[in-house]
Amino acid sequence: MSLWVDQYRPRSLEDLHYHQELSTRLKSLASSGDFPHMLFYGPSGAGKKTRITCTLRQLFGPGVEKLKIDQRVFLSPSKRKLEINVVQSNFHIEITPSEAGNYDRVVIQELLKEIAQTQQVDLSAKQRFKVVIINEADSLSRDAQAALRRTMEKYMSNMRIILCANSTSRLIAPIKSRCLLMRVAAPSAEDMQTVMQHVSRRVGFDLPPDVASKIIDDSGGNLRKAILCLEALKMQSPDLSGSLTIAKPDWETYCQKVADLIISEQTPARVMEVRQKFYELLSHCIPPTVILKTVADRVVERVDEAIKADVMHWAAVYEVRMRTGSKKIYHLEAWVVKVMSLYKHFFYGMDFD
Amino acid sequence: MASSFFKPQAQNAQNTKSAEKHADPSLQPWVEKYRPKTIDDVSAQDHTVAVLRKTLTSTNLPHMLFYGPPGTGKTSTILALARQLFGPDNFRSRVLELNASDERGISIVRDKVKNFARQTPRAQAVSSDGKEYPCPPYKIIILDEADSMTQDAQGALRRIMETYARITRFCLVCNYVTRIIEPLTSRCSKFRFTPLDHSSSSTRIAHIASEEGIHLESPAVDALITTSAGDLRRAITYLQSAHRLSSSTEPAIPITHRDIQEIAGVVPDNVINDFAQTLGIELDTGMQVDGMGKPGFDRIRNKVRNIIREGYSSTQILAQLHDIVILHPTLNGKQKSKCALIFAEVDKALCDGADEELWILEVALRVHKAIA
Repeated sequence: MSLWVDQYRPRSLEDLHYHQELSTRLKSLASSGDFPHMLFYGPSGAGKKTRITCTLRQLFGPGVEKLKIDQRVFLSPSKRKLEINVVQSNFHIEITPSEAGNYDRVVIQELLKEIAQTQQVDLSAKQRFKVVIINEADSLSRDAQAALRRTMEKYMSNMRIILCANSTSRLIAPIKSRCLLMRVAAPSAEDMQTVMQHVSRRVGFDLPPDVASKIIDDSGGNLRKAILCLEALKMQSPDLSGSLTIAKPDWETYCQKVADLIISEQTPARVMEVRQKFYELLSHCIPPTVILKTVADRVVERVDEAIKADVMHWAAVYEVRMRTGSKKIYHLEAWVVKVMSLYKHFFYGMDFD
Repeated sequence: MASSFFKPQAQNAQNTKSAEKHADPSLQPWVEKYRPKTIDDVSAQDHTVAVLRKTLTSTNLPHMLFYGPPGTGKTSTILALARQLFGPDNFRSRVLELNASDERGISIVRDKVKNFARQTPRAQAVSSDGKEYPCPPYKIIILDEADSMTQDAQGALRRIMETYARITRFCLVCNYVTRIIEPLTSRCSKFRFTPLDHSSSSTRIAHIASEEGIHLESPAVDALITTSAGDLRRAITYLQSAHRLSSSTEPAIPITHRDIQEIAGVVPDNVINDFAQTLGIELDTGMQVDGMGKPGFDRIRNKVRNIIREGYSSTQILAQLHDIVILHPTLNGKQKSKCALIFAEVDKALCDGADEELWILEVALRVHKAIA
C-alpha cells in the first residue's frame, strides 16, 4: 500500500485542483506540437513534479508511466567511477545530476549527448522528441549549466529539457533565457482545503473543515506535508474528533528547546549545553540551515520587538558564512553567542556597537 | 545605420533558407531560425560589421576575439562570416566549432584543436548552389564561450595559434575578456559587442513578428525590450514563448505586456509595490497599504513569507526593489546609499547560495531601518 500522497496524486492535467490557468497553458502547449524547453520553479510541495508528470502524460499518453530504474556508470576525467540512478520510460528520462556532486558536468555532457544524438525509434510515438527531466536544477554547478547551454539549442529537434528547481536565483541567465519559465506558486488555503477534502472523499471518510484548516496552518503552503500529516492523524485517531494535536517532528521540538535554553540563561556553561544539542541535531542529519532558521524563528517569538531585527540579521549573516565555510557547528555556535550577548546587552540597557 | 539592419536582406534570407535542408523550420527555435545569414544582417554592431566586411573583400582575416554581454550577436557574427567565406559546402571541412558543451580540457586542445589546425586546407569543393564564395586558403576554429576554458588549456593554445597562423585562424568568443589570458588577447584583434539599443531591438522584433504573422501591441514590444535589457536572444525567446502560449488557445489571444513579464519571471508591479510599501517606502500609486499604519517586525516577516511562498525568484525581487529605491523621487541621498550598500551585500550572499527567505527578510528589515 502506498502513501496517500502518491496514491491520490493527480495523473492528468484535468485532475489538477488548483492553478487552472497554468494547467490549460500546459495542456495547449503539449498538444500544439511546438513544445519548448521548460523550467518549473516554486517552493517545495507546491506540485511541480506532479505538473511535470501530468504534462508528460499529455504529451506521450499513458506509456510514460511504465518506468524502469537504471543505474548508469560514468567516468570522471580522473577515471573515477560515478554511479547515477536514472529513471526512464520509452519517452523520457529523469536524472538528478546533483547526485554526482562536483562531477555533474560529466553526467550532463555524456547523458544528454547520448540522448540527443539518437532519434526516437518508436514510430507510433506521439512526439518525435524525447524529454529529459533534470531535478534539483538549482544545485547544478556552473560548469554543468554552461554545458547545457549549447546542447539545448543544438539538439532541439531530438529532445526537450524540463528543469525542476526551487528557485531561479542560482541558474545562470543563458539557461533561463532558453527556457519557458513556469512558476508554480504554493497553493492558497482554500486550494489546499479542496484538495484535502478530495483526498478524504477518495479514501472514504469525512474531514471536518476545522481539522483541515489546522493542518493547513501548520503546513506552511506545503501540500505534500499537509497530506502526509492528514494521513498520520487519521492513523492516530480514526474518527478525527476530540482535541487533535499535530505532532511536530522530533527535531522541531528539540530546536525549540534549544531556543528556550538560549533565552532563559546566557552563560558560557549554557553555550556548552546548546553546543551539545546542536551536535545531536547535526548528527541526525538535520541540515544546519534548517536548524538555524527554526531556532531563530523561535527566539524571535520570545524576545522584545527591539532586538528581533538584529537576531534575524545575525542569523542571515551566519547562515551565509556557514555556506562558504566548512565546519557548520562553528557558525551555529557563533550565532548563539551573538544572540546571547545581544539579549544581555538589551536586558541591562547597555548600548553596543 | 541602426535602423537599416536587415532591410535589404528580407528576400536574400529567403533564398538562402531554401538552400538549407532543415527538417521542419516551424519547430526550430526562432533564435536559430532568424540567425543572421550574412554579416550585413547582424543588428546594431556597426563598427565590427564594417571592419569584417572589409576582411570579406580582401579575404584576409586576423585572429579574432569577440567579447560582450550575452545575446548581442557574437556567435551569429562569426558563423555568418564563416558561411559567407566558405559557402555551405566547404563549411564543414573548413570550420571547427567548439563550445562549453564539448570537453575542452588541455588534452582536447592538444589533440583535436592541434590536429585540425595543422591540416592543410582541403581543396575547395564546387559549390552546389551555383554561387561564388571567396573560400580563402585557411580554416577557422571557433572557440565559443572561451572564458570557461581553463587557464592551462588557454596556455596550450598560445603556440598553436602562432605556428599554424598561415593555414588556420582562431576566433575566440567570450563574455568576459578579462578571463582570457593576456598572451591570447594580444594575439587577437579584439571586437567589442555592445548591448543592443532600443531602436535596433524593436526593429528586429518587429521584423520577426511580421515574418511570423504576429500582431504585437507597442506596450508588449516595450515590455520585451525592457525585460531583456539589450539581450536580443532573450527578447526573441520570450516572444516565441509568448506566441506559443497565445496561439495555443482558440481563437488566439493577443500578447499583452503582462504575459511577457510572467514568461520573463518578473514579479508583478502590484506585488513589489505592496512589498515596498510594507517596508515604509512611500509610493504614489494611489494604493493603500492594508491594515495598520506602522510596519512592525511581524508584519514584514509575514509579507516576506507570502512572497517566498508565491515562488518568485529572490534575485528578481532584489533587482526590482533596487529599482524602486534608487529611482524613488523623495528619498534622500544618504538613505539611498545605505540601501545600495545593503543590496550589494545581499546580492553577494545570494550568489554564495544563502537561504533565500532569510536574506529577503534581511534586506527587508534593513531597508526598513535605513528609511525610517
